[in-house]
Amino acid sequence: LAHGSGGKLSHDLVTGVMLPAFANAALNELHDGARINMPGVKLAFTTDSYVVKPLFFAGGNIGKLAVCGTVNDLAMCGADPHYLSAGFIIEEGFPVADLIRIVESMQAAASEAGVAIVTGDTKVVEKGAVDGIYINTAGIGAVIDGTGISPTRVRPGQDIILSGPVGNHAVAIMALRHGLVLPQTVTSDCAPLNGLVKELLSAVPDVAVLRDPTRGGLATTLNEIAQQAAVGILVEEAAIPVQPEVAAACDILGFDPLYLANEGKMIIFSQPQASERLLAILKGHKYGKEAGIIGKVTDSPAGQVGLRTLIGGIRLLDMPVADQLPRIC
Amino acid sequence: MVEETGATLGNIERIGIHIAGIVQGVGFRPFVYNLARRHHLRGWVLNDGAGVRIEAEGASHALREFVAGLTAEAPPLAVIADMMIIALPLKGETQFEIKSSLISVTHSATISPDIATCPDCRREMADPNNRRFGYPFTNCTNCGPRYTIITGVPYDRMRTTMDPFAMCPACQAEYDDPANRRFHAQPNACPVCGPRYRLLNSDGQEAAGQPLTEARRLLKNGAIVAVKGIGGYHLVCDAMNQQAVTLLRTRKIREDKPFAVMGGSLESVRRHCLVSQAEETFLTGAVRPIVLLAKTAGYSLAEAVAPGNPCLGVMLPYAPVHWLLLAPEDVWVMTSGNSSDEPIAYTDGDAIARLAGIADYFLIHNREIHYRADDSVVRIFNDKPYILRRSRGLAPAPIRLVRPGPPVLACGGELKNAFCLTKGDQAFVSVHMGDLENMAAFESYKATIGHCQGLLGIRPEVVACDLHPEYLSTKYADHWNLPRIAVQHHHAHIASVLAEHGLEEPVIGIAFDGTGYGSDGHLWGGEFLLADCREFTRLAHCRYLPLPGASRAIKEPWRPAAWMLQELYNADFVNLDIPLARLLPEGWQMTIQAAAKGINAPLTSSAGRLFDIAAAILGIRTHIHYEGQAAVELELAATGARGDTLPYDITAGNVRELDFRPTFAAMVQAIGQGRGTAELAAAFHTTLAAAITDMTRRLSKTTGIRKVALSGGVFQNMTLLRQVAGLLEKDFTVLIHRQVPTNDGGLCLGQAAVAIERSR
Ligand SMILES: [Fe+3]
Ligand SMILES: [Mg+2]
Ligand SMILES: [Zn+2]
Ligand SMILES: [Zn+2]
Repeated sequence: LAHGSGGKLSHDLVTGVMLPAFANAALNELHDGARINMPGVKLAFTTDSYVVKPLFFAGGNIGKLAVCGTVNDLAMCGADPHYLSAGFIIEEGFPVADLIRIVESMQAAASEAGVAIVTGDTKVVEKGAVDGIYINTAGIGAVIDGTGISPTRVRPGQDIILSGPVGNHAVAIMALRHGLVLPQTVTSDCAPLNGLVKELLSAVPDVAVLRDPTRGGLATTLNEIAQQAAVGILVEEAAIPVQPEVAAACDILGFDPLYLANEGKMIIFSQPQASERLLAILKGHKYGKEAGIIGKVTDSPAGQVGLRTLIGGIRLLDMPVADQLPRIC
Repeated sequence: MVEETGATLGNIERIGIHIAGIVQGVGFRPFVYNLARRHHLRGWVLNDGAGVRIEAEGASHALREFVAGLTAEAPPLAVIADMMIIALPLKGETQFEIKSSLISVTHSATISPDIATCPDCRREMADPNNRRFGYPFTNCTNCGPRYTIITGVPYDRMRTTMDPFAMCPACQAEYDDPANRRFHAQPNACPVCGPRYRLLNSDGQEAAGQPLTEARRLLKNGAIVAVKGIGGYHLVCDAMNQQAVTLLRTRKIREDKPFAVMGGSLESVRRHCLVSQAEETFLTGAVRPIVLLAKTAGYSLAEAVAPGNPCLGVMLPYAPVHWLLLAPEDVWVMTSGNSSDEPIAYTDGDAIARLAGIADYFLIHNREIHYRADDSVVRIFNDKPYILRRSRGLAPAPIRLVRPGPPVLACGGELKNAFCLTKGDQAFVSVHMGDLENMAAFESYKATIGHCQGLLGIRPEVVACDLHPEYLSTKYADHWNLPRIAVQHHHAHIASVLAEHGLEEPVIGIAFDGTGYGSDGHLWGGEFLLADCREFTRLAHCRYLPLPGASRAIKEPWRPAAWMLQELYNADFVNLDIPLARLLPEGWQMTIQAAAKGINAPLTSSAGRLFDIAAAILGIRTHIHYEGQAAVELELAATGARGDTLPYDITAGNVRELDFRPTFAAMVQAIGQGRGTAELAAAFHTTLAAAITDMTRRLSKTTGIRKVALSGGVFQNMTLLRQVAGLLEKDFTVLIHRQVPTNDGGLCLGQAAVAIERSR
C-alpha cells in the first residue's frame, strides 16, 4: 500500500476498497464523520487513526493530534463533540514516560475542547509490530441545531473563507523528521476548532460547508469540494496567508504550501452576506486571527479549482495523483 | 453541343471523382468548373463533408486530360491527398455546374490553415480606384482566413463567422461568377457589406478619425495598441521606441523573453537582420510565420525588444490590416495579446478584460475569431524550416503517416501543448495550445479538441497520452472511456521524428530534453533509445542527479549546480573563485542538505539541467523567467567563441551512462585559470556534441544501427544541433524534425504514431 499522501490514490482506496465493504447511507456521504439519527437526537460520529512520525513535535504530539483531529472532524460536520474513545497500539518497550506525556496532552486537548474520553482500549504488541505507538480515536457529537453542512449546498457566488495561514503542520513535522533546523516559530498548528465552530454556527447556521484541510492541504480539499459540489472555485494567491518562516522553508525545499497538511485550520463556504459576521467571529478567536476571504465559488469550469497568481494569470490548482513530480519539460 | 469534335456516342463516358485533401476554401470548385468547361465536359462539382465530388461526362480523351489537369493545374493552396475515380452510366446533362454543398454525416474534409493576403488582393487594397482600396478584410480564394473562422463543415459561408454579413450585389456577383477570383470565396467582403475595424480607448470610447490611420498615428507616438488580427489579438508598439517597448514589458510582466516584431517590408527587416534566401522564402510565403533571424551590426531597434539576444523573431504582414497599418519603413513589436503565461486573447470581451491594463487602445473588428491560432515560429536550418511553434498558417494541415490506423486522439504534453487527431493515414496536429496548467489554456484545449473532432469528422477509438501521471493531458485522457496508450515522453519525441520521415525501421533516438516521466519513475531527459514507432529500449542516458526542490530546481539553475559542485568539492565549493559561489541565495545549504536526505529531490537524467548547471557555474543565470532561459543564454554567451572538448565519462554496462562531472570540474578549473565565459560556454557545447557522438558510435557498434534521430527541447539550441548533426553526418543518416517542433509541441504526433503501431 502506498496510499498515504492524501491525494487521488488515497481517495481511490477509500472509494474502491472501503466504501464497497462498509457501504451505508451515513458512510457513503464521505464526510469526516457520519450523522446518524438516534431517536430524538441528531448525532455525528467519526473515527481516525494516528501514526504520525515523529511522535513529539513543535506544537504538539501524537496524542494531541489524535484528540484534535477527531474533534475537528466532528466540528466540520457541524457537530458539537461530546465523547471520544481512544485505542492504543503500543510497541513492547515503549517508554512509559513518553506514554504519560502523550496521554496527558490528550487530556489537555480534551478539556480545552470540552470533550470526555469515555472509552478506550490498549494493546501492547511485540517489538517491531508497530513503530512506537499508534492511536485510534472515535468521537460522537450532537449536530448543532439548524445547520445542514453538505457540499450539495455549495453554490456559485458563495465566499470561501480560510481561518489562517497554511502549511505549518507539514513543515514542522518534515523538518523534525529530517533533522532540518528551522526557526522556532515554525510549529504545528494542531488545535481543537470545535469552540470556534460552535460560535460560527450559532451566528450563521446556514454555512454550506466547513472542511479542515489536513492531508493534501488546501488545494486538495478545495478540489474535493469542487468535485462533490460540481462547481468551479477561484482563489486568490495574494489572499492566502502563509507564515513568512513557513514560506521561506517551502522556498528552500521547493514545496507548495497550498498542498501541505494543516491540523488546526478550516475553510468555510457560505453566502457572501454572512462573511462579515463570520470574519468578525474568526478574528476575535485565537484560532482565527488571520482569517480572510480567499476566493469564490464559480459556476464553471465545474470540478476545477483555479488560483489567480500574483502575476495575474489563473493557474489550475490540480489534485495530485500521487506525490507532486515536476511537469515542466 | 453534340458536335464534340466528331466523337461518336461510343466515345462518350461519364466518371465520378472524389478528391480528399485540402480542397475546400482554396478555390478548388471554380478551378474544376473552368477546367471542365475547357475540356467541354458536362456534369457538376460540389463540396461534401469529405472533400470535393465531381461527376463529368464527355469524350474519353477529354476526360483523361481533365483528370490529369486536376492534379497538374490545381490551385496553389490545394493539397490533393487522395483521388478516387469510378465509371458511371451516362446522364446527358447539357452543362457543367457548381452545385451547393452536401452535409454528410461522415465528413472528413480537411480544414485549410489561414493564408496570408495574396499579391492580387494586396494590389487591390493599394489601388485608389479599386472598391477595396484600404479595406482590411480583402481576401479571395487564394488567400484569407480559414481555420480561425470556420464553425462547421463543409466549408461554406454559412458555416463561417462571415455568416452574419450578407454580401452586397457587387460581392455576390463576384461570388457567383465562375471566372472571378472570388468565385465561392467564403469570406468575400467589401467596405459596403463586410466587417469593419473600430478604434477604442481603454475606457471603451470610440476614437475619432479613420481607425487605421489614427491607430498608426498613436503607435508612432508611442502608444501600445491591441490589434485584433486573424488568430487573436496582438499587442503592438513601435519597436524603435525604447520607452514604449519597456512599458509594454512592464505591463505584460515579461522581463526578458524576446518580443517578435513585424516589419513593413523586407527592406526594413534587412536593415536590422540578416536574411538568407531560404529565410526570405519563408518570410514572404503564404504561411508567414515568425522567422528567427540573426541581428546585423546595423541593428537599431530598441534594446528592450530582444535584450542581449543575437536573434530576433521577425514576420512580414500577413493580414490586410497589417499591410494597411505598417508603412514599408516601419518595424513594430507584435507580441501575442496576453499577460505573462496566459493564452492569446481572441474574443473581444476577453481581450478587453484581460488587456485593459496593458493596451492604451484597442483596434477591434466585428468578424468573430472562432478559434484562436498563435503565430507560428520557424527557424531556418540548412536552408530548410525547423519549426519551433506550429500554429497559424501551418495547422491543422495533415501530416501523412506511413500507414493508416484506427482514429487516434493523442493528447500531447503539458507545456507548449498541441494535440493530434488521426484519420486513416493522416495526422492532424492542432495549433499551439500553450501551457495546460493555465486554466484558460486548458479550457480552450478541451474545447478545441471537440471542435476539431467535429470539423474533421473523427471519432477517436484510441487515446494516446504521456506516461506522466500528473500531466493534465494525461488526466484528460482518462476521461475518454477508450483504450488508452501511455507513451513514454522521449519515445514519443523520437517517434515524432520517425513519423515525419515515414521511417519504419529502428533508429538510435537521441532525445535531449528538459524532463519527462521515465518508465522507471525517474525524470528522464538525456536519453539514447533504440526505437521504432512501436517499442523502445533505453540504451544509455545521462547520469542521474537529484533535483533539489523538484520543480523549483528547474526554475532555479543554481540548485542543480550547487548539487553538482558539492558532489565534486563538498560544501567547500563556496570557497572556489567561481561566479556561482557569489550568487548563491541564503539558505542554499539547507536545499542541498534536504536533497541529500531525499526530500523533494527526484532523480533526473535531464540534458536541459546540464545546460542550467553550466550557465549557473559561469554566473550567466541562476534563476530563470521563461522556459529554457539559462540554456538560451548559455548559447548566446558562446556566440562566436571556440571551445575545446572538455573531459567526460562513459560507463560500460548494459545501460551506459554519460557522466559530465569531469566536464564541470574542468570548467571550474578553467575559470580559476582565468579562461573567459564565452570560451567555456562554447566548450560546454563542444563537449556535449563530442560526448553525444562518442556515445552514438559505441551504441551503433553494439546495435549495428546507422540511422540516428534527434529530438527534444534541447535541440532548439542551434549551436548544439549544428555540431551534433555535423559530427554524426560523417558516419550516420541523421533525421531531424522538419514538420513539427522538436520541443513538446511535437509530442502528440509521436504519441499518435506509437498508438497506431500498437493498435495494429
Ligand atoms: Fe520534452
Ligand atoms: Mg480525519
Ligand atoms: Zn487574395
Ligand atoms: Zn460587398
